[in-house]
Amino acid sequence: MVNDLDDIIIKFGSRIMIPFMQLYGLYVYVHGHSSPGGGFQGGCIVAASFILLAVAFDLNESKKRLKEKLNTLFCAVGVFIYTGTGFLCLVAAGNFLDYGKLSRILPVDTFMARYYGMAMIELGVQITVMAVMVSIFLDLVTRGQHEDVLGPRP
Amino acid sequence: MNTEHFPALIVVVPLLLSFVVFAVGLVRRSLCLPIVILTLLACLGFAIGILQSVLTKGGTVRYYLGAWDPPWGIEYAVDHLNALVLLSIAVVSLLVAIHSRSVTAKEIPASKHGPFYTLLLLQVTGLFGMTITGDVFNLYVLLEIASFSAYAIIGMGEGGAPFAAFRYMIFGTIGACAYLLGIGYLYILTGSLNMADLRQLLVPLYESRVLLVGFAFIMVGIAIKMALFPVHTWLPDSYTLAPSAVSALLAPLFTKVGVYVLLRFLFTVFDPSFSSQMFPVLKVLGGVATIGIIFASIMALAQTDLKRMLCYLIVAEIGYIVVGVACANRVGLIGAILHTVNDIFMMACLFTVAGSITAYRGSRNIELFRGLHRTMPVTLAVFVAGALSVVGVPPFCGFFSKWYLVLGTIHAGQWVYLGVLLAGSLLNAVLFFRVLEKAYFELRDESGHAEPHGRKRPLIDRIPLTELGPMVVLALLLIFLGLFSNNIIGDVIEHAIPQTMRIH
Amino acid sequence: MGQFNYWVYVVLIIVGLYGMMAKNNLMKKLIGMNIFQWAIILFYISIGAKKGGTIPIIATTNPSATVRAIDYINPLPHVLMLTAIVVGVATTGIALTLLIIIYRRFRTLEEDRIIKALRK
Repeated sequence: MVNDLDDIIIKFGSRIMIPFMQLYGLYVYVHGHSSPGGGFQGGCIVAASFILLAVAFDLNESKKRLKEKLNTLFCAVGVFIYTGTGFLCLVAAGNFLDYGKLSRILPVDTFMARYYGMAMIELGVQITVMAVMVSIFLDLVTRGQHEDVLGPRP
Repeated sequence: MNTEHFPALIVVVPLLLSFVVFAVGLVRRSLCLPIVILTLLACLGFAIGILQSVLTKGGTVRYYLGAWDPPWGIEYAVDHLNALVLLSIAVVSLLVAIHSRSVTAKEIPASKHGPFYTLLLLQVTGLFGMTITGDVFNLYVLLEIASFSAYAIIGMGEGGAPFAAFRYMIFGTIGACAYLLGIGYLYILTGSLNMADLRQLLVPLYESRVLLVGFAFIMVGIAIKMALFPVHTWLPDSYTLAPSAVSALLAPLFTKVGVYVLLRFLFTVFDPSFSSQMFPVLKVLGGVATIGIIFASIMALAQTDLKRMLCYLIVAEIGYIVVGVACANRVGLIGAILHTVNDIFMMACLFTVAGSITAYRGSRNIELFRGLHRTMPVTLAVFVAGALSVVGVPPFCGFFSKWYLVLGTIHAGQWVYLGVLLAGSLLNAVLFFRVLEKAYFELRDESGHAEPHGRKRPLIDRIPLTELGPMVVLALLLIFLGLFSNNIIGDVIEHAIPQTMRIH
Repeated sequence: MGQFNYWVYVVLIIVGLYGMMAKNNLMKKLIGMNIFQWAIILFYISIGAKKGGTIPIIATTNPSATVRAIDYINPLPHVLMLTAIVVGVATTGIALTLLIIIYRRFRTLEEDRIIKALRK
């Protein structure tokens, strides 16, 4: 017979680890330009934290903290941030994704403008990667039967 | 408007708007298709602007992403060949999107329309990007974007479609990974990933064995994506079982963009003399293509499924184009490029008609064609236009491109290619006249009742105008392209031929 | 036997191709495809390695010291393979979703049974 108390070590351990995992994911993202890391890696780590929550506890725990519709919206928001940065560079009279010209809009010099441009697109990448990973996991675990987002299956 | 940024915008705008469609599809489903059509209209405008800027500049228009100069940065390079293919993709995708409105309503459940149109726009993004990029690794990324959207959107169909999509995925991944491996070898040799830069850096390395292996891998990868015989086996299953709008979009465009990539590698990245004199690539490609034409035409004759027959026809058409390339002279290459453009429109014509008939009748059997001229006369007229163009009857565009192909084989002295081209045209004629005879000359309609002679029925096509309009426009474009072939060749295609081949 | 990284990746590619072609179960084909893709990623990363090179991050402790590229391993293949890894993940995601739909429709994942069911 499976009791609630059987999983207590896993539940306790993951309850401690998950906030640190998310913090570590953000750390990896921010330090991407000077140590191994970046948007994709950070997004995977943050997604892994949500997947750990779903595996250790119940799937609904994970869905409570990251609503499915919000997750699907995050997929799109990340791409908007990425292409939005590119268009911002177009507006600032540069080529697409020419971060140096962002210095005309933001109050920084060209060198730091490139830094901020890269940080912004990596943020977009991280959000999208996290949302897509969690969404793939939800899809596979529920065998395609999650009904919140796309309506009831025909 | 300043056309300077159009090369980047033509890829980024569909990418961005595909996710807008996705977000909007969660809220209000009826807005998805209008956004798709507006996006494709904008892309058509961009493509026309790019073609104009290439024609006025007279050379290659280069766009540096991120303002990093090549070879450190990614550049988008548009020359005449590019611009022509871009325009064809833009026109055909717009017409197919308009056509898809009623066809999709019948085949895809309403809750999936948001993701369906998202994948459609992502597919178009990938196709535009593959055509316009000047960096070999960027080509791989966009090739994968286009391929993934194809796998996913084919898998949305009924019946065996997910299985066909899975087999297509297995096959397509082998192709893309082979391509990736090939450009890895080129990178090991030169350290550069830019097409124009590779052209210069590779010239002293043509005898190296590493280069040969890399080139072979790239050719295999492109051949798989292009559906050249014998690695075409993914094509009939996946395009037949896909939803109608999807096969109408993918069948004309995806393989022809693969042909464009082949032309780009054979004539821009590598010097033309490499493939014709140093290493018998063109002979191998030509031999394989000739067998492919005969094989595909005979297989097409054996089909009772309308869309499957047309899929084998695509394989045969790719064979024609590769035979034109394999002639290694100016006339053959003109024929190949012209045939690529013409085939995009011909296949769009045929596949949209097949999609309409399938959606209307609910089955893909050729027996549906019996007596079709009574119930769907305009649709059948469009089919006749496409059929005559494939066979090569003037004034349709297919005649002019086949004329140049035949002339190319004569100039090159390749009598086998000539015989195969003519035999293939004959087999295509038999193929289409078999279908048209059923449609026009059978006295019984499909329910088995004989119609008495002379009884007039009102000529109504039972399909909405958004479905019929694009098909008629495509048929008229076939005639238009045929009549203006001379202009197209003189103004655009002549400039796309590499310098060393112009003396032939 | 000088450059054994080439031998390793050739063996892995052959294993992956064998899995994709010879196995009947669709899940095994998927695993073969994965092995095939990872072999190519490993190959690319291995070509960036240099004897005695260190990780490609320029230490900012001494800004006026000259930076010699020969000291650092090549970071470009790593960057390219980040993209390829993402491509591999996306491929696996799509393939698994397609397998779920196939299983739901045909109740089996064996290729020959599915073909037989489709032919009927």
